[in-house]
Amino acid sequence: MTTLDFTTHTVPLDGKAKISAKNVNLWYGEKQALHNINLEVGENQVTALIGPSGCGKSTFLRCLNRMNDTITSCRIQGDIRIDGDDIYAQALDVVHLRARVGMVFQKPNPFPKSIFENVAYGPRLHGLAESKDHMEHIVKSSLERAGLWKEVSDRLQSPGTGLSGGQQQRLCIARAIAVSPEVILMDEPCSALDPIATAKIEELIDELRENFTIAIVTHSMQQAARVSQRTAFFHLGVLVENGPTEGIFTNPVDKRTQDYVTGRFG
Amino acid sequence: MTDVAGKFTVEPFSASAEKRERFNRLLKKRYAAEARFKMWGIVAVSVAVVFLVLLLGSILLQGASAFSTTKVELELYLDPAVIDPQGTKDPQTIASADYNQILRASMSKLFPEVQGRRERRDMMSLLSSGAAYEVAGHVRDNPDLIGQTIRFEVLTDDLVDMLRKGYIERNVPEADRKLNDFQLGIYDKLVATGALGGAFNTELITTGDSREPENAGLWGAVVGSFLTLVVTLGIAFPLGVMAAVYLEEFAPKNRITDMIEVNINNLAAVPSIVFGLLGLAVFLNFFGMPRSAPVVGGLVLALQALPIIIIASRAAIKAVPPSIREAALGMGASPLQTVMHHTLPLSMPGMLTGAILGMAHALGETAPLLMIGMVAFIVDIPSGFSSPATVLPVQIYLWADSPERAFVEKTSAAIIVLLLFLISMNAIAIYLRKKFERKW
Amino acid sequence: MAATHTVSAFDAELNALKTKVLRMGGIAEANVAAAVQAVMRRDKALAERTITSDQRIDVFDSEISELVTRLLALRQPMAIDLRFIVGTLKIATDLERIGDYAKNIAKRTTAIGTAVPTQPMHAIPRMGEMVLSMVKDVLDALSNEDVEKAVAVRDRDAILDELYNSVFRELLTYMMEDPRTITGCTHLLFIAKNLERIGDHATNMAEAVYYIVTGNRMYNDRPKADVTAEITDPSQIA
Ligand SMILES: Nc1ncnc2c1ncn2[C@@H]1O[C@H](COP(=O)(O)OP(=O)(O)OP(=O)(O)O)[C@@H](O)[C@H]1O
Ligand SMILES: [Mg+2]
Repeated sequence: MTTLDFTTHTVPLDGKAKISAKNVNLWYGEKQALHNINLEVGENQVTALIGPSGCGKSTFLRCLNRMNDTITSCRIQGDIRIDGDDIYAQALDVVHLRARVGMVFQKPNPFPKSIFENVAYGPRLHGLAESKDHMEHIVKSSLERAGLWKEVSDRLQSPGTGLSGGQQQRLCIARAIAVSPEVILMDEPCSALDPIATAKIEELIDELRENFTIAIVTHSMQQAARVSQRTAFFHLGVLVENGPTEGIFTNPVDKRTQDYVTGRFG
Repeated sequence: MTDVAGKFTVEPFSASAEKRERFNRLLKKRYAAEARFKMWGIVAVSVAVVFLVLLLGSILLQGASAFSTTKVELELYLDPAVIDPQGTKDPQTIASADYNQILRASMSKLFPEVQGRRERRDMMSLLSSGAAYEVAGHVRDNPDLIGQTIRFEVLTDDLVDMLRKGYIERNVPEADRKLNDFQLGIYDKLVATGALGGAFNTELITTGDSREPENAGLWGAVVGSFLTLVVTLGIAFPLGVMAAVYLEEFAPKNRITDMIEVNINNLAAVPSIVFGLLGLAVFLNFFGMPRSAPVVGGLVLALQALPIIIIASRAAIKAVPPSIREAALGMGASPLQTVMHHTLPLSMPGMLTGAILGMAHALGETAPLLMIGMVAFIVDIPSGFSSPATVLPVQIYLWADSPERAFVEKTSAAIIVLLLFLISMNAIAIYLRKKFERKW
Repeated sequence: MAATHTVSAFDAELNALKTKVLRMGGIAEANVAAAVQAVMRRDKALAERTITSDQRIDVFDSEISELVTRLLALRQPMAIDLRFIVGTLKIATDLERIGDYAKNIAKRTTAIGTAVPTQPMHAIPRMGEMVLSMVKDVLDALSNEDVEKAVAVRDRDAILDELYNSVFRELLTYMMEDPRTITGCTHLLFIAKNLERIGDHATNMAEAVYYIVTGNRMYNDRPKADVTAEITDPSQIA
């Protein structure tokens, strides 16, 4: 096996960083899945994480809201801060962190409950609604922001699992934004969707950017190019290149990035 | 076939007649294998169905007649002089009067020609030995009837019942027969007057056990089974579910939990009699709990059902898609909240199925209960968890062991009742499962 | 473009595109050479052939646009592939324009007549050679991904512009001295102007090659030496 090339090319972020990861190493058991990752996610920006399958994109994303805590073999080292708060600090509560950093998964995974209950779940969990009316307001505005309200307003009590794939994914986005997180992590949110549903979600991501900071994993370079302002390319657990999206897709610096984005991977 | 580069190339099978031929041969073989497989499947299912039909059929055939009994309608003069000479109307006095005398008077009036002591005794033995209690009960409940003449149906002896159902042959020599010619004569006369006939056997369903087949009923065993299962369910289900949830969702994966897992699986395979011995040693001898009590039976069966419930519940929890768990955790739910809000409700149908399976197992269990004394002859309907009781399978075992001919059909009838019990339990399980599944 | 694509058909299409552009460039180059020669020798037949040959360039141009459109739609190219495809489209447009200028030069073969001063007439083949070497070099640069050659082409454009300026002044002087030469001189002026424009297109192509290979723009303020647009008063001509 050839030795890994650990060089990272970074074009520094010119705005404010919402999340900054420094020297992050991660192991699953004996196997190292992330090698010394240094990445900043800009506030109110969409940052796309791209790279070949198994390169550690999801793993890195899941570090940001400590979803990796649930995997017993997983060991992490390094420093990840959100607005300067160390998210792996003893004092920080995971529940609180996950309320600040929401997540949308690759496969739409609505709870087998009604549409209303799906969206109301987070606010109820964190006690965000003061009254029944307030809760209804939260549910409605979340669905509206997720672009789903028109389609489901007359069947809020029917099961969320009865929606189409694209609608389910938008329901999951509505569920995530109902607790007004600061950051939304999306792991291949469109991988199961048709182009129209994908376009709707991309449009939504662009709108959400105003109020949220978004990190999105995607396998579609076109999608990364369309929705993100910055792109990070991972390869074999190494962050190879990280900079403005336009640069990554028109004029990448590293040969590995070039080969990946042009479809020359072996 | 190789090309220059040494790689294999595959020609389409239609390329040559020889290839087509080979392909067709393979195709035929494949079809034949599939047909054979299907046939064996059908054979296996048919054999199973035949056995089931035979089993159920024989039990139904044998047991159906036990649901009818033979009664004779008598004209009884409720003589105040016999029942309540002082006219106290005291229920105690009324109940303890000598109703056999009244029955005898009634029969003598029907058959004035019967005079001899022996013949009178033979005639009276055609009535059930419990007949006097029936009359006593009726009069105690209706004291106004004293002094009147009433028409009242009393049970006949089980031999009469057997005779009516054709289980006693008339044309064997009198000495080999349980009923003599004189008794047959009386029986025929009673049939001819229309006084004697069949009726639905309510005793079978409503009374406890008895030495007299015509009085023996299942209700005691049914109540005993029910109480035992309530204890079993009440203990095994919550314990099993909690253990399963802990092992699946919270326990660290290490050598200790691995060992616990292996042992639980082994426990499910332990012979049930061992649990009985354990119950005897621990619950009866060590804790000094009452013998023959549903509470002890329930505890023993709970021990036995626990591994089954744990295994089924763990399977049900494993079947809950991890994406739901991730979604809940991602929303900021704690692990306990995730279990309570999502995992448990979603796995409940599977857990219920497991529980019902465990219960059905427990319902049919005899051996461990023998060890803790539930095999005793108990006439009374159990009134609570610690009163002596027996259960349906033990009752079946007891009756199957009894020498009287009438207990043969009763045994089958008890089996039918046991099966009905099981079917209704399964029906409840299916209902609950459907209900939980539909619940959002 | 060292490594090959995972999808080999993509490689084949990119190669086809490159070949087409280079062949189109070859024809354009030949047409420019032929046009200059036809003018110099007043060779009507050669001029005719050059004019008809331009149609081939137009065919190539439309073929290349089609191929580029298909590649963009089907392959969604990124990075160097994207730059190459977009760059070749631009180069094809420039070559098409070059072809048009060659045709325009060839058309003037008969109109130019004989009443032309010989002195400025000598400048035309010099300009032609220069332009031809620029076109040739830029096509080589594209073929070999040679950035230095592309930069050199761009630098030579300044010299070409100088040459054109002097021809312009010279012709202006002739026309002022002897009005009878005006027709011929005007044609010569146009021919010189066309050659100068071809040089500009070669420069554009050099910039495209530079962008394809490096991903960056050649600095926008390229030396501009054609000052004739500012000349209004013949007395300014020194
Ligand atoms: N729970 C786990 N246990 C052990 N190894 C894991 C685990 N999850 C991921 N890995 C390993 O870590 C590496 C990175 O996985 P990760 O899921 O982050 O890849 P990815 O970039 O998201 O890939 P994809 O695009 O296919 O989703 C892979 O080699 C994978 O095998
Ligand atoms: Mg992934």
